[in-house]
This record gives sequence, C-alpha cells and structure tokens, in this order.
Amino acid sequence: MRKRRKTTDVISFNIIGYIMLSIFSFVCILPFWMIIVGSITSESYITAHGYSIMPVEFSTESFKYIMNDATGILRAYGVTTLVTVTGTFFGVFINAMAAYVLQRKDFRFRNFFSFYFFFTTLFSGGLVPWYILCVKYLHFKDRIYALILPGLVSVWNMLIIKGFLGGIPDAVSESAHIDGANDFRIFIQIILPLAKPVIATISLFTALNYWNDWYNSMLFINNEKLFMLQFYLYKLIGSAQGLQIAADKAGVVIERPPIQSTKMAMTLIVIGPIIFLYPFVQKYFVKGITIGAIKG
Amino acid sequence: MASFIRHLKRKKVLLLMLMPAFIHVLIFSYLPMAGSILAFKQFRYNLGIFKSPWVGFDNFRFFFISGDALHVTVNTLLYNLAFITVNNFLEISFAIILSEMSGRIFKKITQSVMFLPYFISWVIAGVIVYNFFNYEFGVFNGIMKTLGLPPVDVYNSANWWRVLLVFFSAWKNVGYGTIIYLSAIMGVDHEMFDAAEIDGANLYQRIRHIMLPCMVPTMMILLLLSVSNIFRGDFGLFYQLVGTNPLVYDATDIIDTYVFRSLMTSSDIGMAAAAGLYQSVMCFVTILIVNKIVKRIQSDYALF
Repeated sequence: MRKRRKTTDVISFNIIGYIMLSIFSFVCILPFWMIIVGSITSESYITAHGYSIMPVEFSTESFKYIMNDATGILRAYGVTTLVTVTGTFFGVFINAMAAYVLQRKDFRFRNFFSFYFFFTTLFSGGLVPWYILCVKYLHFKDRIYALILPGLVSVWNMLIIKGFLGGIPDAVSESAHIDGANDFRIFIQIILPLAKPVIATISLFTALNYWNDWYNSMLFINNEKLFMLQFYLYKLIGSAQGLQIAADKAGVVIERPPIQSTKMAMTLIVIGPIIFLYPFVQKYFVKGITIGAIKG
Repeated sequence: MASFIRHLKRKKVLLLMLMPAFIHVLIFSYLPMAGSILAFKQFRYNLGIFKSPWVGFDNFRFFFISGDALHVTVNTLLYNLAFITVNNFLEISFAIILSEMSGRIFKKITQSVMFLPYFISWVIAGVIVYNFFNYEFGVFNGIMKTLGLPPVDVYNSANWWRVLLVFFSAWKNVGYGTIIYLSAIMGVDHEMFDAAEIDGANLYQRIRHIMLPCMVPTMMILLLLSVSNIFRGDFGLFYQLVGTNPLVYDATDIIDTYVFRSLMTSSDIGMAAAAGLYQSVMCFVTILIVNKIVKRIQSDYALF
C-alpha cells in the first residue's frame, strides 16, 4: 500500500467523499427502514398521524393479521420459486449452449447466427404483436409457462457467456474431440466446469430477474392462484379490499383490518429473502458486472 | 447452398445445441417483427393478425394527429436525457470517491448499501413512494403537518413527478453503474497516478487529468448504449410509481406506458401497434446514426 501524506487536497477530498457517500447511502437505506417501521406500528397510530419515521406505537397486529390467512402469500412464494428455479436452470443452460456454439471457430456459419441473435437487440416488433402472438396463438393466458418462457433466452447474457468462453483455448475442445467425445459431451463435461464463474453470475442475474418479475403476471395471469410474489403485492397495495376479502375468507371478523400496516408487513415479507441473501450474494453480482463490463 | 447443408450436417450436434435459442428467438423476436404489419391494419381478434383488414397509414395518422405522438416522444426523450445525465454524474463521482478515499470499512458498507436498491423490484419502489407520499398516510405530509404547512397532493402533481422519477431512477440504478465505473478505474494502471503525484499534481489534478481520461472508453460505451435506447422508457419505473393517473399524463406519459395502456384499455390495437412500431424504428435509426458517428470519431468504441 502506498503511504498517503495528509495534504489539504487529500483531506478535503475525503471530507467531500464521506459526506456524499453518507447522504446517498442514507437515502438508499431509509425506505427499507420505513417499511419495517410501518409494519410494526399500530394501525390506529397510522390512521391518525400517517406513517412515521421512528417507531412510535409498537404492534404486531399486521403480522398476526397476515397469519390468519397466509395461503395467498405462501402460494405466491411457491409459484415464484418454481418459476425462478425452472426459468434460471433452462434459461442459463440454453444461453450457455448457444454461446458455446457461436464461439466455436470451426462452426462456419457462426457469423450468420451471431447476427441473427444480435439483430434482435437492435430492432423489435414492439409490445403489441408480441402480446397478441402470446395470447392468441400461444395461449399464454393463465398458464404457468407464460411466466417462464418469455425470459428464457437473453441475447445479452449469451454474448457475455460467449465472451468468457472465447478465453478458453480451442485446444481444450480439440483434444477432447480427438478422444472421441461429441460436441455436446465436450460442452457438458469440459466447457461448463471451466465456465463456472460466468455461469454462476449469469444464473444469479437470471434468478433475480425471475424473482422480481411482475410484468408477465400482469400481462398474462388473471387467476390469482398463479400470481407471482411481486404481482401479488402489487395487487394488494392497489386495493385495500384485497385485504378485507382475505380476512372474510378466513372467517375472521375484524372491526377494522390493519390495512396500512399490513401493506408494509406484506412488503417486508416479499423483500425478506432478498435482504437476507443480499450480504452473501452481493460480491458475486459485483464480479458479474465486472465480467460483463469488460466484455460488453 | 449445398456446401452450407453439408457443413451443417457434419456439425449437426452443434446445430442441435443452437436450436433451442434459435427457435425461441424466432418465435419471440422474429415473429413479432413480422407481426408489426399490424400497425397497418385494423385488428379484429377473431380474424387474427394476418386476416385483419388493411388500413394503410390510418393508425399512424391517428397517433400523430391526436398530438399524443409528439407529447409522449418528448417526455420519453427528456426523461431519458435527465436519467443519463444525473445517473452518470453520480456514478462517476461515486466511483472516483470510492477508489481514492480512505476508510476501507466505510467504503465497503456504503458500496453495499448503494447497490441494494438494484435488487428490489419496481413494485417495491412503488410501495416506498406510497409510504412517503400518500396523501393521507404518507410520511411527507406527516412532516408538513408538524411544520404547520398544508399537505401536498404529490400523486396528482405533475411537477413533483418530474423530480421523483429522476430521483428514483438514480436511487435504483446508481449503485450498479458505480460498480461498472469502479471496475473501469481498477483496470487502469496506477503507475501514472503515482508518477503524477511525485511530480506534484494534487489529487484533484490527478483525477481531472489522469483518471477521467482513463474512464472515457467506459463512459463512451455506456453512453452509446443509453443513447441508443433513448426512445425506450423504463416501463416499470413509470408504471409502478405513477400508475395510471390521467391527471398527470402530461408529465409522466412515455411511449411505453402509452402503448401499454392503448393495448390494455382501448380497443384500438392497431394504433397501439403503430405507436410501438414507431418506437422501434426510432430506436433502430438512433442506434445506426450514433454508431456511425462514433465509428467516424473513434472506431474502437463503436458497437458494431
């Protein structure tokens, strides 16, 4: 490490740095704090004074209220997990496989196919024909595959993987070829293990996309049993009646359901897993961005 | 052609491996491109895309004459310009600060915190806006009340949205961009920096004359990417935060929300398709122009 003399420029830079970073970090973290506070504040306080910054009247009524009938949120968790796991597995596999073929220098028409994929990042038919294709011709309405299929192939991810695979010497594939392995086996047994870093980060990004997806649910799903987590929350925030109905179904008669605090409690339940996993996976995302940035 | 087929036959395993992605893109990208002829038709659901009657440029005429085209295009453009400027300024500043500041633990924590919003969906961001700015229950009006000021109806105020949308775009994206710029700085040889220090350049001079020039390639690539998407808005940001509120369409309606709404609520699907095709063509033309300009100035930075 170089030794830093504490000259005025370094000191002033550090002061500015500390102030700017502190302010922005505070702004980034504050909303999460507010959600927690909102979820554990009593409903009567919120209706009288609104959400508060500091916890005032502590209460767990919102969580108790959700526990009355948690089937909706649990099912949304189930659907989201299923979609995320299948989508990530098949998506990354398909992208990686295509990326491998596209960087094989002995595959003569790889330029044609590369352009075939790349062109879709430049031009698209737009939302309307895509939507009509999905609904009218592929029958996406209220089907679970409507949540998985659209996000399966990502040309950007394919290009990032391709860039990484380009760094693996061709001799690796060639020598396996001489040993009699076919291309698919080479890919599975030799290339994939070598590409572990890029596969891991692409998987994480893909999984995050699926987990946070609400758009496909909004477009294709009317049956609330197939709602994904984010969309479930969106519906709930949009209509306070949703909460009331949940209570009626559970056969609980509550004079005034804690609607406002429950909205925050539900949000907390939805972001919980991400906040919990964040410290562990963060560094892989940072690595992933770095890989993408260099090749991109 | 014959050699093409012979070659593919020999490489049939590779070809098979390419097929899933090939078919997916064919269905979900190329078929909709063909389907964009819908923009020139009057769509009837029972007739489908191909049998619906042609109407020429009527859909476009309607879209442009109504004045919607101009106003959503201007909104999309101006918002994206604001996002690009504000976000890049913050990202570059934070990257420089993080790379040159002392305080290892402080930097580690702040960087993690700044990156956190990236992991949160726009739905959650919508809840956050609700928590702060809801007229009845929001924190903001609570503070106004304690200060003895009248409450503000943020949700119905166009000017507030102009600020909030830029703010939340930065809130969610700056952490990500900072990491990209930071990795660009890390990739730079630090020797020049040390040499300049020995020669008596102070920290600000070193940043200005050494670090910033070294970041130019990354800036150019990111700028190129964002400029080529300048006609494409962040649908989630606008839809989840603002929702569908006709009172503030003037300030918050972008091409993407307009197309979505036309598709979902109005029966005029042809016009929605026309607006979408207009957007795609604008994007495509912008990319080609930007790429050409960049190529002329410095071909290394060109996308293709």
